[in-house]
Amino acid sequence: MSDSVVVSPSPLSPRGMRWRTRLTPYVFLLPALLLFAALSVVPIVTVIYYSTMDNVVITRDAPSFIGLGNYVELLTSSVFLQATMNTVILASVSVVGHFILGLGFAMLLDSPFVGPMAKAVFRVIYILPWVFTASIIAILWRLLLSPNGVVNYALSATGIASGGPIEWLGSTELALPSVVFINIWAGYPFYMVSFLAGLQGIPASLYEAAKIDGANALQLTWHITLPQLRPIIISLAILDFIWTTHQFTLVWMTTAGGPIRASEVLSTFTYKAAFSSNEFALASAAAVVILVMSVIIGVFYVRSQQQASA
Amino acid sequence: MMARRLLTVLLSVLVMAMGATVFAQSSETVTLEFAQWWAPELPEGEFRALMDDFEAQNPGIEVELLSGPYSATRSQIIAGAATGTLADVVGLDGAWVNDLVQQGALASLSQLMSAADYDDAALAAQIRLGGDTYMIPVVNFVYPLFLNLDLLEQAGIDAGPSTRSEFADAARAVTNPDANVYGWVLPLSMQQPNGVQNDVMSWVWANGGSMLDDGQADLVGNEQVRSAMEFIKGLYDEGVIAPGVFSMREQDKVEEFTNERVGMMISSLAHINLIRDRNPDLRFGISALPAVEGNTGARGLPYASWGIGVSGDSENQAEAWKLVEFLMSQEANSRLSSIANAFPGNVDATPDFVTTDDLFADAFEVFQDGYLANEFVGLPVAETLMRQFGEPLQRYLDGDLSLEAFLADAQAAWEEELE
Repeated sequence: MSDSVVVSPSPLSPRGMRWRTRLTPYVFLLPALLLFAALSVVPIVTVIYYSTMDNVVITRDAPSFIGLGNYVELLTSSVFLQATMNTVILASVSVVGHFILGLGFAMLLDSPFVGPMAKAVFRVIYILPWVFTASIIAILWRLLLSPNGVVNYALSATGIASGGPIEWLGSTELALPSVVFINIWAGYPFYMVSFLAGLQGIPASLYEAAKIDGANALQLTWHITLPQLRPIIISLAILDFIWTTHQFTLVWMTTAGGPIRASEVLSTFTYKAAFSSNEFALASAAAVVILVMSVIIGVFYVRSQQQASA
Repeated sequence: MMARRLLTVLLSVLVMAMGATVFAQSSETVTLEFAQWWAPELPEGEFRALMDDFEAQNPGIEVELLSGPYSATRSQIIAGAATGTLADVVGLDGAWVNDLVQQGALASLSQLMSAADYDDAALAAQIRLGGDTYMIPVVNFVYPLFLNLDLLEQAGIDAGPSTRSEFADAARAVTNPDANVYGWVLPLSMQQPNGVQNDVMSWVWANGGSMLDDGQADLVGNEQVRSAMEFIKGLYDEGVIAPGVFSMREQDKVEEFTNERVGMMISSLAHINLIRDRNPDLRFGISALPAVEGNTGARGLPYASWGIGVSGDSENQAEAWKLVEFLMSQEANSRLSSIANAFPGNVDATPDFVTTDDLFADAFEVFQDGYLANEFVGLPVAETLMRQFGEPLQRYLDGDLSLEAFLADAQAAWEEELE
């Protein structure tokens, strides 16, 4: 007797089968969609809602709808405008600094003149800043840049600076540049690692052909290395700009936006509005402004990705 | 079959749970939730032991401690107040009280005291709003003047300064930039703006002055505030304050003192043990904050408290008050202040360390001679008020603003917040 399989007819009608086929992918997507809604959509919509209200979170009285009132207050606030300007400076200079340092170190590590052992050692050294968390980096640089810190000691011992210690984080002129420098130091290894991977993917034949044509080192970099790295550069620059506009820990733990708001950025402004002044609605409006900035830059990122894959 | 068995088990569990609930209710045990940050800051198990004593004295009341770090407790209390889920009893910082009262989150302790027929004569302080008490400081951490005795003696200063001019003379004598030593240390980082309260406004309070008039900002035209700010500006311009003022935080200040780089600092008594741990060889003393020449009145002493309040939504307010009353009793308050190295909120309580430690004994004398003064306690958004004062103060010290413009800026900002 041969084995036989009994197939019972499906209880669903052809129409039901069609619906089941159509719905099946969505059922598989449902857990991810629910998570996305709970973790992203709901908080974002709530913050946007709060930004149009007054008197939210902190009181049990019903909040009142004030439309764009919080946005008007923000855009007419000199502190907010200064924080926006400082954020743009921090993000722009950081991107440029990260790019220069990251590319420089990546080319150094990719150089045929450096032996494999030296490469391994320098790779570890160069990547160190990336290993530290933002709070460790902030503590480290606070110690280094304090009036009694190593930097001031070195400057005074070598006679470079005289007339007392320099207040790197405590002067209105130097606070923002110091924070920018620390942020560049903390973030360049990500560029370096990405560029190193990109450099190793550039065919050696391109360089050889250019050298035969008489190209010098600068021309090789300008006409071969940079164009070949272009997709990576664009992606990194856009992502880095977005990440830096969100930078909070480093700024908060080094200068807290001071002195006298000299290094105030949007994230510290938002934090102070929410947790110091209890102005959660105003803080929500500031958060929405940061969101809009990030979305605009994000659109460029998506477009660059689409162009790269096309 | 399997499903039926499962259902039977579930129903049995449900019936048992209901029975247990009924039994628990019939025994009439009230469980008080007590949210605070104190337990983690005390030697392990000490605060729980105090609660065990309370439970033993009050059969039928149990205390569930909801303990966390200070900042987490603050967030928890803000969220609980907004959602109506505040613990029955809450540890409070004076800076939070106004906002919580505005939210209707705290019960009036005045009413609870009346209902319990409680005599409040033994309470060192009460935080009142609109005539009602909402917070009672359980223990206090006062901020006297710390003196590096070695540095002062080397500079020819034998006694702690009791007037502002003596303080300025001592600061000048100690300052030696070549040796990286300065007379005083002033932390004005706006990350923790409490330097405005502890290190700046304390000069006003020590002289019997006030920054408020009937609860409103009183900075412009206030001679007490003006003279204190001019005094600080004078010290700053003379270069007798340790560098890094605008980015310095409280912990940096203590670090400067501990490392013998400054002669004097205003700081919490809570730091005595820390300084001793970090630098056992440091000889240091305690004295009251200096006042203006000729002022012989009692000195206001800045302080921070572990305060206590009762939730306005609590269904067990009478039991909650019993816990407050217990913590404010002479015996429990002495014990808590002893293990916290703090000064008691009950005027009759005496912590152990006063008799066993000379430095604390000196500080206790300063504490008893003066009065607790911290006008930021009970104000709304106190931290914002400190920042709003601290930022123009930085500009004034930097020479960017005149004294009048600085005080006018701060006054305008405070009026907007306090209106």
